[in-house]
Amino acid sequence: MTLTATEKALPTDGGGGAGEVLFDATGVRKSFGGVHALRGAHITVRSGEIHALIGENGAGKSTLIKVLTGVYEPDAGELRFLGEDVQFASPAAAQDAGVATVYQEVNLVPVLSVARNIYLGREPRTRWGTVDIKAMHRKARELVRRLGIDVDVTGELGRLGLGVQQMVALARAVSVDARVVIMDEPTSSLEPREVETLFGVARNLRDQGVGIVFVSHRLDELFALCDALTIMRDGEVVHTGRIEDIDRSGLVSLMLGRTIDDVVGSSTGFTRESHVVEGEPVLSVRGLEARHRVHDVDLDVHRGEIVGLGGLLGSGRSETVKAVYGALQTEGGTVSVDGKQLRRGDVPRSLRSGIALLSEDRKAEGVVPDLSVRDNIALAVLSRVSRFGVVSDKKMDDLVDVFMKRLKIKASSPHQKVRELSGGNQQKVLLARWLCTEPTVFLLDEPTRGIDVGAKREVQALIGELAERGLGVVMISSEVEELMEGTDRVVVLHDGGVSEVLSGQDITNARLLAAMAGDEYTEEDVVAVLGLTDEDTTPQGATDAPQGAADMPQGATDMPQGATDEEER
Amino acid sequence: MSVTMETNPGIDPEADGPVTDEVRGVRRKARAARFAQQQGALVVLVLLVVVMSFAYPTFASAASFSQIALQASFLAIVALGMTLVIFTGGIDLSVGSVFALGGVVAAWASQYGVVAAIVLPLVVCGAIGLVQGLIIARGGLPPFIVTLAGLLFARGLLLFVTDEGSVTNKVPTGSAFLRLARSELFGVRYTVWLVVVLVLVGVLVQTRTTYGATLLAIGSQEEAAVLMGMPVDRVKVMTYVVSGMCAGLAGLLTASYTASGVTTLGVGMELTAISAVVLGGTLLTGGAGSVVGTVVGVLLLQVIANLINRLGLTDSNWQAVTSGAVLLVVATSQQLLRRAQRV
Amino acid sequence: MSSATAPPTAQAGGTGGQQSGVQEPTPARRRRVDGEWVRRNGVYLALLVLVVINVIITPHFVSEGSLRLQLVQVAPVVIVALGMAMVIGTEGIDLSVGAVMALSAALMPLYLGYGTVGAIVVGVGIGAVTGLVAGVLIAKVGVQPIVATLGIMIGGRGLAIVIGGSIKSIDDPGLVALGTGSFLTIPYTVLVALAAVLVVGFLVRRTTYGRQVVAIGGNRRASLLAGLPVSRVLITVYVVSGLLAAVAGVILAARSQASDPTKIGLLMELSAITAVVIGGTPLSGGSVRILGTVAGALVMQLITSTLISHNIPDSMAQMIQAAVVILAVYVQIGRKGARS
Repeated sequence: MTLTATEKALPTDGGGGAGEVLFDATGVRKSFGGVHALRGAHITVRSGEIHALIGENGAGKSTLIKVLTGVYEPDAGELRFLGEDVQFASPAAAQDAGVATVYQEVNLVPVLSVARNIYLGREPRTRWGTVDIKAMHRKARELVRRLGIDVDVTGELGRLGLGVQQMVALARAVSVDARVVIMDEPTSSLEPREVETLFGVARNLRDQGVGIVFVSHRLDELFALCDALTIMRDGEVVHTGRIEDIDRSGLVSLMLGRTIDDVVGSSTGFTRESHVVEGEPVLSVRGLEARHRVHDVDLDVHRGEIVGLGGLLGSGRSETVKAVYGALQTEGGTVSVDGKQLRRGDVPRSLRSGIALLSEDRKAEGVVPDLSVRDNIALAVLSRVSRFGVVSDKKMDDLVDVFMKRLKIKASSPHQKVRELSGGNQQKVLLARWLCTEPTVFLLDEPTRGIDVGAKREVQALIGELAERGLGVVMISSEVEELMEGTDRVVVLHDGGVSEVLSGQDITNARLLAAMAGDEYTEEDVVAVLGLTDEDTTPQGATDAPQGAADMPQGATDMPQGATDEEER
Repeated sequence: MSVTMETNPGIDPEADGPVTDEVRGVRRKARAARFAQQQGALVVLVLLVVVMSFAYPTFASAASFSQIALQASFLAIVALGMTLVIFTGGIDLSVGSVFALGGVVAAWASQYGVVAAIVLPLVVCGAIGLVQGLIIARGGLPPFIVTLAGLLFARGLLLFVTDEGSVTNKVPTGSAFLRLARSELFGVRYTVWLVVVLVLVGVLVQTRTTYGATLLAIGSQEEAAVLMGMPVDRVKVMTYVVSGMCAGLAGLLTASYTASGVTTLGVGMELTAISAVVLGGTLLTGGAGSVVGTVVGVLLLQVIANLINRLGLTDSNWQAVTSGAVLLVVATSQQLLRRAQRV
Repeated sequence: MSSATAPPTAQAGGTGGQQSGVQEPTPARRRRVDGEWVRRNGVYLALLVLVVINVIITPHFVSEGSLRLQLVQVAPVVIVALGMAMVIGTEGIDLSVGAVMALSAALMPLYLGYGTVGAIVVGVGIGAVTGLVAGVLIAKVGVQPIVATLGIMIGGRGLAIVIGGSIKSIDDPGLVALGTGSFLTIPYTVLVALAAVLVVGFLVRRTTYGRQVVAIGGNRRASLLAGLPVSRVLITVYVVSGLLAAVAGVILAARSQASDPTKIGLLMELSAITAVVIGGTPLSGGSVRILGTVAGALVMQLITSTLISHNIPDSMAQMIQAAVVILAVYVQIGRKGARS
């Protein structure tokens, strides 16, 4: 299946004036402790071409990049750079060969000047072996002028804006006469104006014959900048070709692995009737602002309602729930629970007001790995299970017992360390932790990410049950069918703002994908592009799979565990 | 620790854009903060010298200044090596012991001539630095534990070579070695000249060599340094060698000055050296600082010691008290200033 | 402690250990399973080996007098190491303990006018004060633990010498009794250490506070999100460490019937940290091992006493100790620590 897409899309002679093949990787495999992060990935980078590499978390992009740049050694596969078989031993070796990388975080030295950062390790020398500052400044000035960057090369790097710093990183990358430049989400912390300038520099490089691999989650950027693209999912390449041969919605559906035929019938653990909203909302958010991340987000959740929060990576979903919970600094907006406004940025008070947040990053923000299951569950309610500061074993056991049974947490005993549990059971432990706090509003950030299918259905069923008991639930999910089957309403975010609110019968695959991709495409466009008929867009009606989508890969529901997490940081 | 866990990138004070009054105010504040961090010690030093010159007429004399410079020179050499280590975000707690060891070895070796008296301590102390550096860089152990053990080891070695501290090696009278710390050039002691030279070399290293820039790169973000393809491990090892040799150099100069290898010297010297480095504006977290600042820090501590003396607090331990207090104040203000810079 | 439970099954089970992007591939994981056992139980094994060796080679090792001497000598280290273990449990470090010991030992004789108890209270109180200073700097201002406690380490001993002057002999009968007396043949100093073990053990294992300490060390962000009073816990941990160091200072002064601020507690930070680390408490925080720490202190004590009882000169003893420290810390955290 994968090959169909691939073969079709591998043009022997690109129409867009792409040049010779610079870097060609085929059949790249890489696994970590039995988890396959890459299962035969490939990418071809050509001279004078900006090549987008995209995929959701866990798709294997970062691993592929790390293989290309010598950070990881692949288990199998062939890397050909400038026509020769290569195997880079380190990032430095790759750099020397002409493969430079610009990372998401600026990896430079803030206290040194721009010029020193560009040439660190390869400075022009004086007779006495010291750095020839004058020559270095001259070369640096020439370089930044050639790239079209407006910056004083003698100035300290740390004083510059992040955007300029990122461009200096790019300048460093190309100062070695790099033939291939890999840019790993270089724009994620930049402002729009800075992004524009960075693009100018990238185009400039392309026109000088450099091959660029560009990783970004912002579709607008990809379409504005790139010439070719490779889409990855589950460690494999699901599509590669010219950018003009694909459109946003097609791209999103390939990336998420969702087409209409995938979501026939119930593939999730949700078995609920749509909820009738009545009364005042239990959670009410107005005009939430967090700099560069969340813009003017409104959100209402009623008792017994599950509100989905959709959007692609980087759309501001996680930031929104964190801001609501008080764990992210906000610049504006109000959050009220049961009509009572919360103080900003005060987690303990949010907790007391009845909000709970299940974070997306289970490892960094969730489990305390060396504590037992029991201690992890009781962490947020320690005072409730103790008397005069001494933990009451009985109270704790009672509480923990209830939740371990109810959530079917599989552990050898309540005293087993959480680090020894599977991802699914860890997630259940965290759910239990928050349920102990008896929340009225439960914010769930990707509650089923990276857990096995069985646990996933259980978690989904539990979420449904919680709503039936009267909790207001906000659920972030990257999985379209979770949003379709599990929620009463979906608020779709795009670039930090609400792009669309869908409810009831309107929550369809096509409309979700369109809203995630940005608001420029209507449902009709999506239908037309995917070659679907109207009836396919309603999930209940589509019993037989439409032809057009038959060769799309399926079954991406169970992502390889570990690979998901491997990529997160 | 505020409960808010993530802060947004603040207003970038230097980024271009519409210059409002707010932005201007922010920039001014940030610049003031930077200045305070980098030059604070110098301002305090100048003020203190001026005030003391008025308060104590004997203070503002060539003899007094030359005395302060001489006293400061031994600590300055140790502190210079320490500065490089702290640039990388590390710390070297062994320098006090290594300093004493250097003196003892030099005094012993002086019987074989001046070259031996200079080279042998440098080799021995450099070797201790080398071992420490290898354990830190290749073994991945925290510098403070390794160098704390190094402190213990160097003391042990010192006792070993002096028959449990019972033997005090004397520099033979008339040895050329004695001239090292006792002679003057243009009315200024050799040791002071040596500090001047070392500072110049240090500045050159920091600003004109790849090694110096790599030190700062490691300290500001080690992973970035690795990704930039810098030889991180090698540079770290080298830095501990340099620090050990600086301590040994100060030790051998002290042996020349006192004409003997005093086994009890150098206790707590590492702490004073660290204080001086931090006082000079070098961040203990690594990644930023200046070699010249360290000298200013050393001078400031020495002038404070002088003041303490003149105040009648004869106990030399007041210096340790002020060093510690100064370190806490500086570390606190660095943290607060950093917040102010970020705005 | 549950030592022999299942080995980590993160691999088979799912995502647990796989998260960070720079996670090393399989071989490193394999080794960790063996290393894990050594890290957990190596200290007990080492203790056993040392005891056996001493029984064989050291004359009169198995005698009441010798045993009592060992325990009396190890008591201050145990007391300090307990506080250190809690600090390290929060992913911190306390370099000030030796200086705090000197400070309390220097202050105490000056307040004997208030009676034995009054003097002890003052001596112990200073530990709480220095701990509070360190804690506030660390938790509220955000100064690194190593820097804040280094400042107190530098200033503290200087202050102790300035205040206490040189050696002062202590002849207060109450203090002398504390230092040399015993109850049912067990020296008071050992009883104090035992009490400290029980109290800290209770704190760590039984109280909500203890859970908060290890939770904060194990995952600070998660603890913040779970609404734990992170700042308060951090501050109190340094206060506890300061208190315990001060208690050790008082005991040591009482035992030697003299207060010598230049000597008391010298290099105690190294002994305490080593005891904690070889006892199996990771420097990266997240767990506090009380028994392991006690065993760690005993191991260090036995090494020292073995060297002394066999007339190894001080110089050799110090060099051997330094090597042992490095080796022990390497076994516990080598190649893992600094790289991350």
